[in-house]
Amino acid sequence: MKRIALLGMPNTGKSTLFNRISGASARVGNWPGITVDLMSAKILLGGHIAELVDLPGIYDLHGFSDDELVVRHFLENNEIDLVILVLNTSQLDRQLSLGLQVRNLGLPTVLMLNMADEAKRSGISIDRESMSTQLGMPIALVSAKYGDGFKEALQIAAETLNKSSHPAPENLRAQLSSDDRIEHEMELIMKASVQMPLHLTDALTARIDRIVLHPWLGLPLFFAALYLLFQFIFTAGKPLQDGIAWILGYVRGGMLEPLLASAPPWLHGLLLDGIYNGVGTVAAFVPLIVLFFLVMTMVEDSGYLSRAAFLTDALMAKMGLDGRGFVMLLMGFGCNVPALMGTRVMRSRPLRLLTMLVIPFSLCSARLQVFVFMAAALFTPHQAPLVLFALYLMSFVATFITALLFKGQFRSNEPFLLELPPYRFPTPRQIALRGWHEVSHFLRRATKFIVAGVVLVWALTNFPSDVPPASPYTFAGMIGDALAPVLTPIGIDGKLAIALIFGFVAKEIVIGSLAVIYGLSGDPLMQLMAQKLDWVQGMSFMLFTLIYTPCLSTIATMRSESRSNAFMWFSIAWSLLLAWAASFVFYQGARALGF
Amino acid sequence: MQTISLASLQPGEQATIRAINAEEGLFQRLTALGFRIGKRIELVRRARFAGPLHVRIGSTDIVLRETEARRIQIADTLRP
Repeated sequence: MKRIALLGMPNTGKSTLFNRISGASARVGNWPGITVDLMSAKILLGGHIAELVDLPGIYDLHGFSDDELVVRHFLENNEIDLVILVLNTSQLDRQLSLGLQVRNLGLPTVLMLNMADEAKRSGISIDRESMSTQLGMPIALVSAKYGDGFKEALQIAAETLNKSSHPAPENLRAQLSSDDRIEHEMELIMKASVQMPLHLTDALTARIDRIVLHPWLGLPLFFAALYLLFQFIFTAGKPLQDGIAWILGYVRGGMLEPLLASAPPWLHGLLLDGIYNGVGTVAAFVPLIVLFFLVMTMVEDSGYLSRAAFLTDALMAKMGLDGRGFVMLLMGFGCNVPALMGTRVMRSRPLRLLTMLVIPFSLCSARLQVFVFMAAALFTPHQAPLVLFALYLMSFVATFITALLFKGQFRSNEPFLLELPPYRFPTPRQIALRGWHEVSHFLRRATKFIVAGVVLVWALTNFPSDVPPASPYTFAGMIGDALAPVLTPIGIDGKLAIALIFGFVAKEIVIGSLAVIYGLSGDPLMQLMAQKLDWVQGMSFMLFTLIYTPCLSTIATMRSESRSNAFMWFSIAWSLLLAWAASFVFYQGARALGF
Repeated sequence: MQTISLASLQPGEQATIRAINAEEGLFQRLTALGFRIGKRIELVRRARFAGPLHVRIGSTDIVLRETEARRIQIADTLRP
């Protein structure tokens, strides 16, 4: 089987081109010499079955960023039959250097000049023949987004692949460490074959930037845009979420219950109360995740996120984070999982880890449900919105404290250098493919983890089998008792402790578990809770719920994104410690003040 | 010829890059983004509260912090 490497700078539409060539058949794989996952796809090209590998976007073959090392190690350790190099036509004046570096490797290469349509509109004209002769590689002009020139480009790639004989990887190693005269040669080629307007200012982008990046209006506009975004996601996502919950309930009541009616009670409970309900909780997340990524893809590809990072960087820098980290925190208000995945844009590992450490403090939509419920039960309708607002503030405070405390441990040597791409509008195909990819990835990981988690929680609340489920005599109840010395000082009793244990799986289960524990639901449950708990206890419970580990999906994502069990455990331990400390200070403080 | 750092440029002003004082890794990234000696650079705007700088080199817009901007020496400042 032939192997084709797709190489290019960031923001060149390389991934779009990859998706166009591969359809949606891509998978993630491991490669010799490198530790990160790369996307690859099997494609048919020029009568060969070939494996197309999407390498990370890099500026330079000789650089020292994580991504650049990945690419270099990949080229040094894998035999490659063809390199498809993607460059942004409008920025050839600086991207051509990568072309020359790749040519010097001596690998059979096809240069695909992407965004040819955009370049043409900005008045750039390319003499393809002349450039191809000078570079010594065939060139295709394409628009990955719209598919223009795509067929011809593949044809050229197929011809090059058929002619190709590849040098051994070890010969590449020497090449990769030498780099000279590229600068000079680049200028010669640019002069001979590319005509660029001297001051290529995308007038519209500049005009939008003047408003969006305005010294005083910039930030308020940013928050307004963000508020609208979340409004849209949750207004549109809520009915979908309810719809799935309804379908799941219907399937359970109408089909699974009768089907399992004759099964032994433990099997019935395990399958329905354990696995079915648990996986259903994840399934109910799916519409939200889909919408989130659709909107995210639009925002991301539009070029606006780089602007938001510009606006907030000054504040974030004081906490050892950067502007992009702020954007991720705000995404976390929707759901922490996609926000954690979003940190992939960060190149420096310490910076990425510190950002991942603070994201779980973002008050996600699942926790909001718990707080809305508790605030309604324990506070007057006047007080409830203030309580919610206070919890949002606490979410930021927890973030700030954590970042300030640990920024020394996660010191980043990464300079903040960010390209502001011109505004673009992604095509529906682009949005759909990206959305689907992220969602399937999320589901594959989350389901495995959730199944194990819910089985364990179910077992804890159902064994020993001769006592009432979720009672103090079950294992969960015993754990609640055992935790009493730790939880009593923060005003949380054994029953609430069981709810917190359920909350490890997902915060949505907290309300459900309270219903099971108190044996009531809806308004009677609220009234009973108002009798059993005072507002200080309730607030302490909410503070703990806000700060401790959000859910199993977040933990699973934390592990897979950081590739470190130690970091995952550290994050869990720190959030538990901080949650306990915050609740302790609040509870004891309020009691000391006589409340 | 008097050189000053990019960080002292005012919004709207243009200048020519004269020197880049950066270690290998940063130098590579700056070069790849288009920071080369002799190139014209324009400071488009600054963020509030000593935030990052928005600069333009040729057709590329770049955001960088003041720390990085101080490593870039410029000359021939042209006021708008």
